[in-house]
Amino acid sequence: MITKIAWKNIWFKPLNTALSIILLTASVAIITLLILLEQQFEKKFNDNIDGVDMVLGAQGSPLQLILSSVYQVDAPTGNIDYTEAKKWMHHPFVKSAIPLAFGDNYRGFRIVGTTPEYLSKYGATVSNGKVFIKDFEVVVGSEIAKKMGIKVGDKFFGSHGDAEEGEVHDSHSYIVTGIASPTGKVVDNLILCNIQSVWAMHDHEHEEGAEEEHDHAHEAVADTHDHHDHAEEVHNHDHEAHTDETHSHDHDGHVGETHDHDHEEATVVNEEGKEITAVLLKFRNKNAIFMWPRIIAQNTKMQAALPGIEINRLFTLFGIGLNALQYLAYGIMLISGISIFIALFNTLKDRKYEFALLRVNGASRLQLLSLVLIESLLLCITGYVFGTIVGRIALVFISGSSEDEFKMSFNPFEFVWEKEGYLFLLTIFVGILAAVIPAVKAYSLNISKTLANA
Amino acid sequence: MISTKNINFSYGQGTAFSFPDIATSRGESLLITGGSGKGKTTLLHLLGGLQRPQNGDIIIEDTNIVTLSEKQLDHFRGKNIGLVLQQSYFIASLDVLENVVLASWLATGKQAGDKARQLLEQLDLKEHLHKLPSQLSIGQQQRVSIARALINEPKLLLADEPTSSLDDENAFKVADMLGHLAKQFGTALVIVTHDQRLKDRFPNQISL
Repeated sequence: MITKIAWKNIWFKPLNTALSIILLTASVAIITLLILLEQQFEKKFNDNIDGVDMVLGAQGSPLQLILSSVYQVDAPTGNIDYTEAKKWMHHPFVKSAIPLAFGDNYRGFRIVGTTPEYLSKYGATVSNGKVFIKDFEVVVGSEIAKKMGIKVGDKFFGSHGDAEEGEVHDSHSYIVTGIASPTGKVVDNLILCNIQSVWAMHDHEHEEGAEEEHDHAHEAVADTHDHHDHAEEVHNHDHEAHTDETHSHDHDGHVGETHDHDHEEATVVNEEGKEITAVLLKFRNKNAIFMWPRIIAQNTKMQAALPGIEINRLFTLFGIGLNALQYLAYGIMLISGISIFIALFNTLKDRKYEFALLRVNGASRLQLLSLVLIESLLLCITGYVFGTIVGRIALVFISGSSEDEFKMSFNPFEFVWEKEGYLFLLTIFVGILAAVIPAVKAYSLNISKTLANA
Repeated sequence: MISTKNINFSYGQGTAFSFPDIATSRGESLLITGGSGKGKTTLLHLLGGLQRPQNGDIIIEDTNIVTLSEKQLDHFRGKNIGLVLQQSYFIASLDVLENVVLASWLATGKQAGDKARQLLEQLDLKEHLHKLPSQLSIGQQQRVSIARALINEPKLLLADEPTSSLDDENAFKVADMLGHLAKQFGTALVIVTHDQRLKDRFPNQISL
């Protein structure tokens, strides 16, 4: 009954109530959003690092190398020589080494040349069909399969580079041999094939480009590809390096097509001079984690980056922004507390007769105290509930845009019980704090005086 | 019934009151009159347990309310004393019926909805059950507060200037109602007023 009165009271002054609730909702929404983002972001980042001790790639920004090769979000730093990389991949310290070669995309989803080990590293299995074996066979990530409705046996053409609008490599289609099981990690949004496919696709393209131009000079080939204004560096590297071989070897499965170059070499792809983009390393001997970056930097043209360190660096950078937002949210919460306090305190003057009356009718002091407290708490709980919902709606929107841009989605239905629990307690605390002075005033009201001075 | 013995009260220095002993039994009425500053309202608050006397006894149905603790007194007041004040106060956010029901809940823990409805109908407020108190006229508000004072069938009904803000017609109507209802519920009725119009209606009178 007291709760009912409290409920009716707060809706009796709808504007005051709305203001308090809106402020609370805003602050709780921001904090909830930050909690969820931070939690899921870190989880996503850490999940993907799992099992990668070090990334070997071209020189450049180590953060960029990690982002591009582990998270598939940034452009690659460049390419490295496969033969040289192999020396390190087969080092006795190394437990596993997964090579990655980036080439094309299909509707914005990266097509990555790698080994089947890449799937198992992320705990993915081929849930439907079989893993890629031959050139141009691909396994499609679960998310892509779901979104694009791709089935085993489908064929598609890739576009060059990272951008959807890239030049279509229409001479060769990829054929889907398998769909990967969902993992919640980057692999869900990738199309995987063997490395030879990436090489073959680009070698072949180079020839065609070269033929069209009737110019076999390296520059010309590079120029052709300069038109694709994305990840230029990488692919230009690629192209320049590959032009030498353009005319010197065969492509598996290209046999039927007309190429007026020499078929000097046989069907086996020559790895000599081939390039890949990065290698994900896991060590048997953890000492290497600390030694290799320097050794590699001194002795090769490559760099070795540690995902743990780079991601920590990234979080520290973000952290400043996140903290600022968090302070802002707590500031709004403080203001909403003050707003509740002012609302309660202001109405107290009008309501002291109400309180006196309740006492006359047999209400105890404690019931009055609880009436004021409950009013404040109702506002806070309502604000909290709305805030939690609004925060999640915001997350849905953010998830939508991050999905488009980074292929990273967030789950709005996850509850971070501990942190959100603390937030709830904090909200309640604000409510109690705002109500304490008005409640005590109600508690210590002198009924006789109040009624006599009427 | 109610009886008092030697009650004194003072608001600090200067203003001290010493009240004559009064006694009223069930179903009877007592009119306490007196000019401003004589302590009419003070006496009423003392009788209603809103204030404590310096000394003396106030005995309502065998209970000396002076000896009760604050919490016991709240409870006793809710159950046994009905108060009608000069100006009517309500929980502004609750409608007429809810205000009356609230009084029953505060006193007994039960919501006497049917009884409240019946009482309000008897007081000619049938059409106003679900209006907010602020939407009623002063006279109607006064009747609602009478209904609220009587919902728990108190042993004692106290009225502070119940008619002073009403016109003649309404004043007599309210006075009649109070007298009638006090008889109906077997309640001792004490009215403090300076309203001369009531003097003919209530034969038992004390002047301060």
